[in-house]
Amino acid sequence: MLKGTASLESAIENFDILKCMQCGICSGSCPSGRHTVLNIRRLVRRASHDPAVMEDESLWMCTTCYNCQERCPRSVRIVDAVLRIREIAVHQGIILDSHRKVASLLLETGHAVPINEENTERRKQLGLSELPPTVHSVPDALMEVKKLLKSCDFEEIVED
Amino acid sequence: MSDKVSLFLGCLIPNRYPGIEKATQLCFEKLDIDCKDLVGASCCPAPGVFRSFDEPSWLAIASRNILLSEEMERDVLTLCNGCYGSLAEANNKLKESSKLREMTNEHLSKIGKEYKGSVDVRHITEFLFREIGADTIKLNVTKPLGLRVAVHYGCHLLKPSRDREFESIERPTFFDSIVEATGCKSVDYPDKMECCGAGGGVRSGLSDSALSITNHKLSRIKEADVDCIINACPFCHLQFDDGQKEIKTQGGEDYAIPVLHFTQLLALAFGYSPEDAGLQFNVTDCSSLEEKLVHEG
Ligand code: SF4
Ligand code: SF4
Repeated sequence: MLKGTASLESAIENFDILKCMQCGICSGSCPSGRHTVLNIRRLVRRASHDPAVMEDESLWMCTTCYNCQERCPRSVRIVDAVLRIREIAVHQGIILDSHRKVASLLLETGHAVPINEENTERRKQLGLSELPPTVHSVPDALMEVKKLLKSCDFEEIVED
Repeated sequence: MSDKVSLFLGCLIPNRYPGIEKATQLCFEKLDIDCKDLVGASCCPAPGVFRSFDEPSWLAIASRNILLSEEMERDVLTLCNGCYGSLAEANNKLKESSKLREMTNEHLSKIGKEYKGSVDVRHITEFLFREIGADTIKLNVTKPLGLRVAVHYGCHLLKPSRDREFESIERPTFFDSIVEATGCKSVDYPDKMECCGAGGGVRSGLSDSALSITNHKLSRIKEADVDCIINACPFCHLQFDDGQKEIKTQGGEDYAIPVLHFTQLLALAFGYSPEDAGLQFNVTDCSSLEEKLVHEG
């Protein structure tokens, strides 16, 4: 917990969270907030003093469209902060199941969305190579990706 | 910046919408663009999820994709806002910070590679606009399309603006101008610059939240009475194309608006058939559009 709390403080400082004057321009520009429970103005305020912000599910309702950050009159780096707070949360094991699944696809295949049978068939019909010229058709390249992720301890970070 | 590029495919195009890959090949041939596949590339990795999980891993995988292009002495060309955002931002971060570069190269040394920071990352729309130009595109059009279209820029093509150099993020025009070069009319509509709803890991994490944003955007496009949506990103493409089915399945509106990536539209304007461009593989039926094209032709 200590590591996370310390990082949250640095996020508050690095991304100018304390400059927020609660004007609400961010939440007024937010396409997600119109339809979901995300209130980015409130989330920014909460981030400034409450470490439990990491458990707030609305953190994951931000599409990172950057409207808020572009328009904030105080130049608070809102989205950069959201990404960092998510990262701190994930490092503490707070991650959605479906996101863990996407992470395991990257670990296994080098793609977040790997090929499937339906699409090898489509590729053939279009006159493309059955497998794309990505890690999918170059085993050594996939090994490189796996080694890099290992070097970064990525699996430990996202696992249960 | 150079006009020699390597093509970074990402995940969704080769693995879910290969028609976009095919259409891109056809267009590049026609425009005589010097482009080679970035062989052995991986996921960019997707910024909304992987950057949110662990920034060092995100930088390591992104830098490997970029250095493959450095080895070819070519700029990286992306067909996706997500790949563009991820790779361009990682590239900028690594160019700017010697500390991040050192950390990343430490990881890369384990696979015998080094990131140098010698190339740029491009997006198909700004590349065509800047390097080829709307006039040249127009000269190459053999079948002016005459469609009314809703252009969707998507977020990460333009924002965060600190990493990009465009005339305006609130009312840009460069994408519209290359769309109109195909003989289409880019119709203005409310909330044109708004998000499709998919980004930031929202589609994969909380799909209902994503879908409600998408539904709003689709309702605005519907009001504009267009023949199709034109995007520049396979993730927006998926969200609009597949999202229409999901909305309908959940008892919502049946929008039935065909969705095309810009390269598919361009291929049609260069005289290729809807099948050549892979429109038959879309989730939302494109036959209304195809009929229109036959009548125009
Ligand atoms: S726009 Fe900026 S200053 Fe205003 S509430 Fe949002 S973060 Fe605070
Ligand atoms: S970046 Fe996130 S919080 Fe900001 S306006 Fe977009 S969806 Fe809302």
